[in-house]
Amino acid sequence: MEKFDNVSGVAAPMPLINIDTDMIIPKQFLKTIKRSGLGVNLFDEMRYDDNGDEVADFVLNQPAYRNAQIIVAGDNFGCGSSREHAPWALKDFGISVVISTSFADIFYNNCFKNGILPVVLPKEAVDALMEDAGKGENARIAIDLENQTVSATDGTEFAFEVDAFKKHCLLNGLDDIGLTMQKVDAIATFEKTYSETMPWV
Amino acid sequence: MSAPKTIYDKIWDTHLAHEAEDGTCLLYIDRHLVHEVTSPQAFEGLRMAGRKVHAPEKTIAVPDHNVPTTLDRVNGIDNEESRIQVEALDKNAKDFGIHYYPVSDVRQGIVHIVGPEQGWTLPGMTVVCGDSHTATHGAFGSLAHGIGTSEVEHVLATQTLIQKKSKNMKVEITGALRPGVTAKDITMTVIGKTGTAGGTGYVIEYCGQAIEALSMEGRMTVCNMAIEGGARAGLIAPDQKTFDYVKGRPHAPSGADWDKAMAYWATLFTDDDAHFDKVLTIKGEDIAPSVTWGTSPEDVLPIDAVVPAPEDFEGGKVAAVKRALDYMGLKAGMKLTDVKVDTVFIGSCTNGRIEDLRAAAAVLKGRKIKDGMRAMVVPGSGLVRAQAEEEGLADIFKDAGFEWRMAGCSMCLAMNPDQLAPGERCAATSNRNFEGRQGRGGRTHLLSPEMAAAAAITGHLTDIRTFEGTA
Repeated sequence: MEKFDNVSGVAAPMPLINIDTDMIIPKQFLKTIKRSGLGVNLFDEMRYDDNGDEVADFVLNQPAYRNAQIIVAGDNFGCGSSREHAPWALKDFGISVVISTSFADIFYNNCFKNGILPVVLPKEAVDALMEDAGKGENARIAIDLENQTVSATDGTEFAFEVDAFKKHCLLNGLDDIGLTMQKVDAIATFEKTYSETMPWV
Repeated sequence: MSAPKTIYDKIWDTHLAHEAEDGTCLLYIDRHLVHEVTSPQAFEGLRMAGRKVHAPEKTIAVPDHNVPTTLDRVNGIDNEESRIQVEALDKNAKDFGIHYYPVSDVRQGIVHIVGPEQGWTLPGMTVVCGDSHTATHGAFGSLAHGIGTSEVEHVLATQTLIQKKSKNMKVEITGALRPGVTAKDITMTVIGKTGTAGGTGYVIEYCGQAIEALSMEGRMTVCNMAIEGGARAGLIAPDQKTFDYVKGRPHAPSGADWDKAMAYWATLFTDDDAHFDKVLTIKGEDIAPSVTWGTSPEDVLPIDAVVPAPEDFEGGKVAAVKRALDYMGLKAGMKLTDVKVDTVFIGSCTNGRIEDLRAAAAVLKGRKIKDGMRAMVVPGSGLVRAQAEEEGLADIFKDAGFEWRMAGCSMCLAMNPDQLAPGERCAATSNRNFEGRQGRGGRTHLLSPEMAAAAAITGHLTDIRTFEGTA
C-alpha cells in the first residue's frame, strides 16, 4: 500500500445521508477479478443516465469537482454491502479522504486497507465543511493525518480522532498481513492450546 | 469472580490470539466462508506474495452471487465476466485445497444457508465471510460478521483478523408475536427504530420470549439483517433448539467431541448483570406485519400505514425521503396496501430457507398469482430445493404460477440475469431496498415470505392478517 500523504484540494459535497455501497459501486461492476479500473464507474447510477451519458448536475460531473480528492458526505456513508470495490472505486477515481459524521463499520475498515482516510467529525464541523466544499474551486480543504486535523479554506481547524494503529499503517503504507505474519509464533501457541480444548473446531 | 460477561464478551475472550500494547487484537477465526465475488483479489494477493491458506480445513467456498438460477445452468454461465469469476473460485478452491461446493453440487447454495446446513456453523464460533450478511450465523450463538476483501486475504493467510472490540447492545423482544407477524417483521421493526446506523459500533444480542420462541430459521432471519441496522454482528444465545438443529449435520461434532462441545456451548449465555452499552426493548405484541416504502431498510412501516411525507422527518432525512419517494414513484399519504407490484421475489439469505418456503406455500396453496405477475422462488440451497420438492411445496408454487428456480442469491442483488427493469416494482423477501439494488431503476419493497405470497395473488402489497380472513 502507498503511504498516505497530506491532502489539500477541492472537496465534493454530497449531503445525502445513507450513501450506500450499492450507490458507490453498483453490483454489475463487482464481476471483476481485479482491484483496479473501477473509478470510471464510481457512483455509476447517479453519475450516468440510462444511455450512459453524464448527468450534468451530479457533483463529480461538474467542472469544479472532476478531480476532487475529498468527499464531504451526509451521515452513515458506506452502509450496506461489505464490497471492497467501494473504496477501490473511490481510490481509483482519486478520492483519498471522505469526511462525514459517521461511517458504516465494514466500509470504514476497508478504507484503511486502501490508503483512504475516513474522517469522522461532529455535525457542526461537517456542515461547515459541506458549505465550504460547495464553493467549488474557490475552496481548499486540507487534511493533516499526522496532526489529525482538517482545515477549511478560511483556516478553521477541526481535530479528528483516529485509531493509533490504523493511523500508523496509513502513514507508513504498511501491509496488515505482513505485520500479523510477524506474530506467527503467538498464533501457533494459541492454536495449540485451542485445538486441545476445542478439538471439534 | 470475574466480571459478568455477555455472550459476545465470552466468545471474544476465547478467541483472543494476541493483544498488542496499543490494544490492537488478533481474533482467531474458526470458520471462513468464501464466495466468488469478494475473493478473487484475495487469492491473487496470496499468490503474488507466495503465501498459502493457513487453515484450509476451516475454509469453505461456494459460488452463489453470480450463478444463474435457471435449469439450463448445467450448460454453463453465458455472461463472460460471471463465468470467469466462478471459474476463478473453482480454481482457487482446488489450488489452495479448501472445502468447495461447486455449482453442480446439490449442496450448493447461498453461502449463509450452506454453512449452517452443513454443520460448519456451530455455537461459540467466530465466523467471517466477505459478505455483510455473515451476521446470519449469529443465530447459533456465534460471533459472525462480514469483512472486506483485504481482510479475506488476511484471514486466508493467518486465520486471524485484526480487531478492536465492539460495544454490547441488547435488543429484547418481550412477550409473544401476534398472528401474521414473523421473524422478518421483528428484524425490520428493530431497524425502523434504531435506524441504519443505530447499531454501528455494537454487537447486538437479541433476546426475550419472542426470540426464544423462534425456530432456528427465524433466528437466522433476525440476525441476517443486524447489518442493516449497522451492527457489526447480531447473535442469539444457543438453546436446545440450536443443539437439535446442529446435531447430526455433516460437519457437526459427534461422540466424545459432541459432549465436549456441549460443555462449552452450555457456557454461552449472558451473565446476570452483564453490562450492555445500549438497550432496546420492544413488546412482541406491538410488532405488526411490516413493509419498506423507501430506499433504506430503516424506511419501514406496518402494512396498514400510509406512505409518509418528507416533512414528517428531520435533518438530512427530509431530502433523503424526498429522493426516495421520487425514486419509488410513491406519493405521501397513499395507503401501502394500495401499492401495486409487478414482481414477487421469494428467496435470499434472509428468507430462502425451508421454513420460509413452507410459509409462502401455505398462503399460495390452491390459489393463482395475479394475471401478468412475474413471480419467482429461488431456494437458498440445492438441499432446500430438494426438500421443498419432497414436501410438495414446489408443486404449490408452480401451480400458483411461480417460477421454480435453482439455488443462488439471484434477484436479491441481481448480479445474475434475475433483475428488475427500470420502474419495475417488486415485493421481495430479501434484505436491501437500496436504489438500483435489484436492477437499475428497480423498486423494492421488503417484506416477509407470507406477505410476498399474498402480494403475488392480489397484485398489491397486502396485509396478511386481513388476507387470511377473506381467502
